[in-house]
Amino acid sequence: MQSKRISQAIAFTLFKLMSYAVIVILVLILGFIISRGIGVINWEFLTAAPEEGMTKGGIFPAIVGTFYLIIGSSLFSFPIGIMSGIYMNEYATDNKLASFIRIMTNNLSGVPSVVFGLFGMALFVNTLGFGDSILAGSLTLGLLSLPLVIRTTEESLKAIDNSFREGSLALGATKLQTIQKVVLPMAFPNIITGLILSIGRVSGETAPILFTVAAYFLPKLPNSIFDQVMALPYHLYVISTSGTDIESSRAMAYGTAFVLISIILIINILASVLRNYFAKKVKMN
Amino acid sequence: MQVKRFFEKLIEGFLLISGSITSITILLIVIFLFKEASGLFTTPVVEEGYVLAFNKENPIKHLNAYQIKQIFDSEISNWNEVGGKDMPIEVVRLSDLTNYYTEEELGAEFEHIPAKASELTAKTPGIVLFLPKQYVAKKFDGILLDHETIRPGDFFGGKEWYPTSTPSAQFGLLPLILGTFWVSLGAILLALPFGLAVAVYLAEIASMRVRNVLKPLIELLAGIPSVVYGFFGLVVIVPFLQQTFGLPVGETALAGSIILAIMALPTIITVAEDSMRTVPRAMKEASLALGATHWQTIYKVIVPYAKSGIMSAAVLGIGRAIGETMAVLMVTGNAAVIPHTLLEPVRTIPATIAAELGEAPVGSGHYQALFALGAILFLITMIISISVELISKKKYAK
Repeated sequence: MQSKRISQAIAFTLFKLMSYAVIVILVLILGFIISRGIGVINWEFLTAAPEEGMTKGGIFPAIVGTFYLIIGSSLFSFPIGIMSGIYMNEYATDNKLASFIRIMTNNLSGVPSVVFGLFGMALFVNTLGFGDSILAGSLTLGLLSLPLVIRTTEESLKAIDNSFREGSLALGATKLQTIQKVVLPMAFPNIITGLILSIGRVSGETAPILFTVAAYFLPKLPNSIFDQVMALPYHLYVISTSGTDIESSRAMAYGTAFVLISIILIINILASVLRNYFAKKVKMN
Repeated sequence: MQVKRFFEKLIEGFLLISGSITSITILLIVIFLFKEASGLFTTPVVEEGYVLAFNKENPIKHLNAYQIKQIFDSEISNWNEVGGKDMPIEVVRLSDLTNYYTEEELGAEFEHIPAKASELTAKTPGIVLFLPKQYVAKKFDGILLDHETIRPGDFFGGKEWYPTSTPSAQFGLLPLILGTFWVSLGAILLALPFGLAVAVYLAEIASMRVRNVLKPLIELLAGIPSVVYGFFGLVVIVPFLQQTFGLPVGETALAGSIILAIMALPTIITVAEDSMRTVPRAMKEASLALGATHWQTIYKVIVPYAKSGIMSAAVLGIGRAIGETMAVLMVTGNAAVIPHTLLEPVRTIPATIAAELGEAPVGSGHYQALFALGAILFLITMIISISVELISKKKYAK
């Protein structure tokens, strides 16, 4: 009897410790990068181009590049992702086609990001002739984030009780009107949260942009969607592994990692604030 | 009314098209990867624009890429080692011709090289001559090896990956696949105990309040970009391993495993926790009512019941580890050799693609070999997706 309790106490303590160890790892990583990086951040770092072989200056072109890629990929993945989420949940709930699409979407989300890079290079850069460009990079990133957008949309729609749909249909509204006026507005908060999180994913991806858009060093800003850009994750990769002078560009690397982490943190916090805000609003109604 | 109906159908059509984009993408990925990859097996074993020439008497008809490399590295010095006669191999490159002929004989503009190369091949029984195609005489007096292509065996069974070596580039898959295997195995061995412990803790032990704090933090762990993990590994874990184990370089398979383990954790935790939460309350309560402790209930009832979910978690974690690129590229040292311990540098399949695609000319054998790696990676992840699908279906059937 006693030993049963003791083994439970040991096991539970162990699990608790291991769980906290995981959190400690997270804190260590974030703390390390924030503490090393925050000192590098100043106005010049955020608004100037890199100088002297990436050892001085700033990362402005990389910030702008990442921003463009986020916009570009969202323009592609948001409409298509939301529409296909609507199709899967509202129109094709129970047939073979839907389950086929669902399996394919799952498969696509399991495809490694470097394979997206290969594919983007073969299709957009070479076959369609976009070259290394914002367009090619955005489309590649858009495809990568598509499964995430679809899944969030589908889950947000699924969470809405069927009685709302039936009520609307009973009042004589068509299916499309029901989706447009009843289902979508209700699912909107969750969809938005998912979209924000997908932006976080896109902003940190490196492998898909290696061969589709990213430039090693490009101090001027792009003029069209057929230009190359620098991007934050790629910049961090090159200055920490293959810069001309790795030791003296370390500070720049810490700064870049800090900016990247800050974007991710802000996005995550924003998403959870929105989620809580909307949850409260729903409760009040 | 009619117009409205038509409009509704139109919209539905649009939605269907959007829905099919992912399937089309998968299809296109398959087409592009495998089209380029299959080109590898029509690529000549000898460097583009060059030929290998032998003496007429030499019975050798085929040499594979690895044999050619060994011959030119002087690791093979007798024709009988590659299935020929007992006769020493004499390796001659274009620049070596000056050892046999004076500069006058070769001509001021090297215009006599074709004739002399042919002559030398004819009179040297053990010769293997590596010659640019432009210097091959019209009536060449010897055997030319110029149609030999890379065979699947060279790729799938090849032990060396030297994509830029001359005269014959080596596209051996084994070091890369073993590198990927060791790094992923190490990662999953590290991540699985932690992941399952955290999943049990979150699903069963932690209070709602603790859970509400831990859950977002673990999601955050999943949100950190892989390049940041790689950077952290490079500046913290790599030097740490180097000092702890007294290694010449800290960039090792183990460094990759540690980073990958951290990256795979959120996947494992989320999937395993979700599956433990689906255990019916009645089962749990029945166990507790029979006098089992909470811990006994967990490992006798909840874990066995959630077995398929836990399997899915492990498989998905492995999938995450196998496909991860940037972090691994930054911390594993990228030596394309078959590893013997976890404390050696290795190179994984995704890291190879990321590191080399930029240098490989479009359409070259190297480019196609990298697409072949991509195709293999794609197949592995497909197998993983499908097995997860099957595992969860099996549970559903039960």
